[in-house]
Amino acid sequence: MSRLLTAVFLLLICVAAEGGKVEAYAFDSAADEARYKQLVAELRCLVCQNQNLQDSNAELAQDMRRQTYEMVSAGKSNEQIVTYMVDRYGDFVLYRPPLKSSTFLLWVGPFILLLIGLGALLWVVLRIKRTPEPELTTEQHERARQLLEQDEDKNP
Amino acid sequence: MIPELGQFALVLALVLALVQATLPVIGAHKGIAPWIALARPVAQAQLLFVVVAYLCLTYAFLDNDFSVRYVASNSNTELPVLYQISGVWGAHEGSLLFWALTLSIWTGAVTLFSRSVPAAMLARVVGVMGMVSVGFLLFMLFTSNPFERLPNPPLDGRDLNPLLQDPGLAIHPPLLYMGYVGFSVAFAFAIAAMLGGRLDAAWARWSRPWTSIAWVFLTLGIVVGSWWAYYELGWGGWWFWDPVENASFLPWLVGTALMHSLAATEKRGAFKAWTVLLAIFAFSLSLLGTFLVRSGVLTSVHAFATDPERGVFILIFLALTVGGSLLLYSWRAAQIRSTVSFDLVSRETGLLLNNVLLVVATGAVLLGTLYPLITETLNLGKISVGPPYFNAVFVPLMIPLVLAMGVGAMARWKQDSAANLVRKLRTPLGIALVLGLLTPLLMPYYHLGAALTLFLGFWVTLTTLWWFHDRAGHGSLSSAIRTTPRGGWGMVTGHLGIAVFVIGAGLTSIYSSEKDVRLDPGQSYELGGHEFKFLGVVSAEGPNYSAERGTVEAYKGGDLVATLHPEKRVYRVQTMPMTEAGIDAGLFRDLFVALGEPLGQSGAWSLRLYHKPFVRWIWFGGLFMALGGLIAATDRRYFQAARRTVKAGPEAVAGAA
Repeated sequence: MSRLLTAVFLLLICVAAEGGKVEAYAFDSAADEARYKQLVAELRCLVCQNQNLQDSNAELAQDMRRQTYEMVSAGKSNEQIVTYMVDRYGDFVLYRPPLKSSTFLLWVGPFILLLIGLGALLWVVLRIKRTPEPELTTEQHERARQLLEQDEDKNP
Repeated sequence: MIPELGQFALVLALVLALVQATLPVIGAHKGIAPWIALARPVAQAQLLFVVVAYLCLTYAFLDNDFSVRYVASNSNTELPVLYQISGVWGAHEGSLLFWALTLSIWTGAVTLFSRSVPAAMLARVVGVMGMVSVGFLLFMLFTSNPFERLPNPPLDGRDLNPLLQDPGLAIHPPLLYMGYVGFSVAFAFAIAAMLGGRLDAAWARWSRPWTSIAWVFLTLGIVVGSWWAYYELGWGGWWFWDPVENASFLPWLVGTALMHSLAATEKRGAFKAWTVLLAIFAFSLSLLGTFLVRSGVLTSVHAFATDPERGVFILIFLALTVGGSLLLYSWRAAQIRSTVSFDLVSRETGLLLNNVLLVVATGAVLLGTLYPLITETLNLGKISVGPPYFNAVFVPLMIPLVLAMGVGAMARWKQDSAANLVRKLRTPLGIALVLGLLTPLLMPYYHLGAALTLFLGFWVTLTTLWWFHDRAGHGSLSSAIRTTPRGGWGMVTGHLGIAVFVIGAGLTSIYSSEKDVRLDPGQSYELGGHEFKFLGVVSAEGPNYSAERGTVEAYKGGDLVATLHPEKRVYRVQTMPMTEAGIDAGLFRDLFVALGEPLGQSGAWSLRLYHKPFVRWIWFGGLFMALGGLIAATDRRYFQAARRTVKAGPEAVAGAA
């Protein structure tokens, strides 16, 4: 138990230590800068609990930011940079999981859910529309019977 | 001595909870009046003892009693009193005690404010809440005792996590817990109604105000949490789709669906079975959230596997609660079929569509939250699921929901015609289209996403206001407004909150700009139409931290509009560096500066500057939604029902005699 607490504690330190480090990189073009911003927002700091490169202060994150910056400045495409990162650190580094057999359900799941949901909605609505109004209660039956009997009394 | 008293109070509370969970329920089943009558006093006594236990732990904090392990780990003699009080719920053991306290408070409130509910029904409701209480008190006493003593007490405590030393985070957990646990009332009413075999409009009417109030707390809790993350974490974001955030968002989504479904059940007796299921889901997701946050499974599946004691307990508890209630549901479902009919074009269909979209969104967020845990457990590799995924699946589901919102509120119950709806909605639609296409021209640059955002915002606003016009029919608008019940006002306010939120979230993500810069004292940088002038950094001392405090002046068109003081703090005991952003809040934009680190000897620092248009609207929208829920929960008819029954009480007794 204390081991778990220590782990949680260390991670909290990691989280809390973020936000401090800010590098003032200079870019050749606004397009490069936008590319860099998108990449560091979608790549994960591997040693932190749940933070992207942009917000992390861990040393590894600083290194990876520098690598990203250098590759962007060297004119590498986003795909090349992402491939480089995945080769070194695995899919874990991507906040946008790649579509492959192990993540198929993750990406397709919401669409399946939506189809099931809309199908169920349509089924319920069409079925309810066909259902006749609820049958009479026993009281109503009783009242109806009495009314009928009165009629019969009048018309022997 | 006091901690032992607290522990003893907890054990007594457990004994009372066991009585509360059994005798009233059995009594209601067998018709034993004295056992039914036990529900109220036993639940109130349980509340008393949990309060005593809670006060004992608070006393241990204020008394700096570091012989209590929990206090030694989470407090310090220099910790300000406010944080000594909020530190009680700052970590695992204490937050569970707070959970139990919240549950007892809700149960106590049910015993006080449900006078119109028949005694047998109330006994079942209180009994079900007692069962939940037993689970949590056992969990606390067996795996997470907040009163555990240390054999060798330290001289001083390890201090409260600096992240939690903030007024925002002091009130965030209580609000969230009130919301989470509040759904246990709707859950208990649903289970009790199934046990009693009476699922009617009365059941929906009793559940509605409780559900709304719980939802209001949860909404406020999420809003405060998002606001806190914005200014405290220092990265200027307001939602990161973190699993811990999702844990609170999932019950919120289902709770929202539940509120709408309860409306149809109360007004029309429709969707009874579905509403019961949603009540079970809302509370189950609250429990799942507790499991995710409290078991350690999120930090790593392996951390969970090496120390599974707590996680396994909650998992079993979760399985029993969800499994038990679904079993009961499958047994009773056939009897609770609704027999009302409605047309394809009707408000019922609109509410069902609302439910489908919200539940599918819940499923998608749940899938994304749990998927990394699943792949890791099955050895399919470690993956991350982050904002790009959630935004990609969540936003497309919300756009039709927001579009349908305007149509749904305007549709008639039971039967309406498409032609009629088109006739009613074409004016607001036309105005919203024109305004949506034109207003982005006022922004720094035209953006189609902004046009869509603004169209949705205007669409919801106009259709919501048009609702009064529709209500008036051929009569006067002012009398329609005057006679609108609180339920209607709640709907209007809540839906306007959605409009405000949509505009805020959309425009912030499109038009925000940020820049990391190196500035010498006296140097400035221009961003988002503002000039940020850096004046330098000085040292400052706080009660339990030392800080470096920067000063940045913001100018617009040469005029000074704000002076910002971003800080970097180091808390002495935990030696944890923290950033405190300097923020100038405005209705139409926030200026936000975070301090980086010193660069060289010249007094230069790196800084992160943000210009965030409309970011406040996100939280204002949330506050509006909460206000709407509150107004709806205070609708007169809930109280009228109570009064009528009280009045009918003596006569009914006299009649029986």
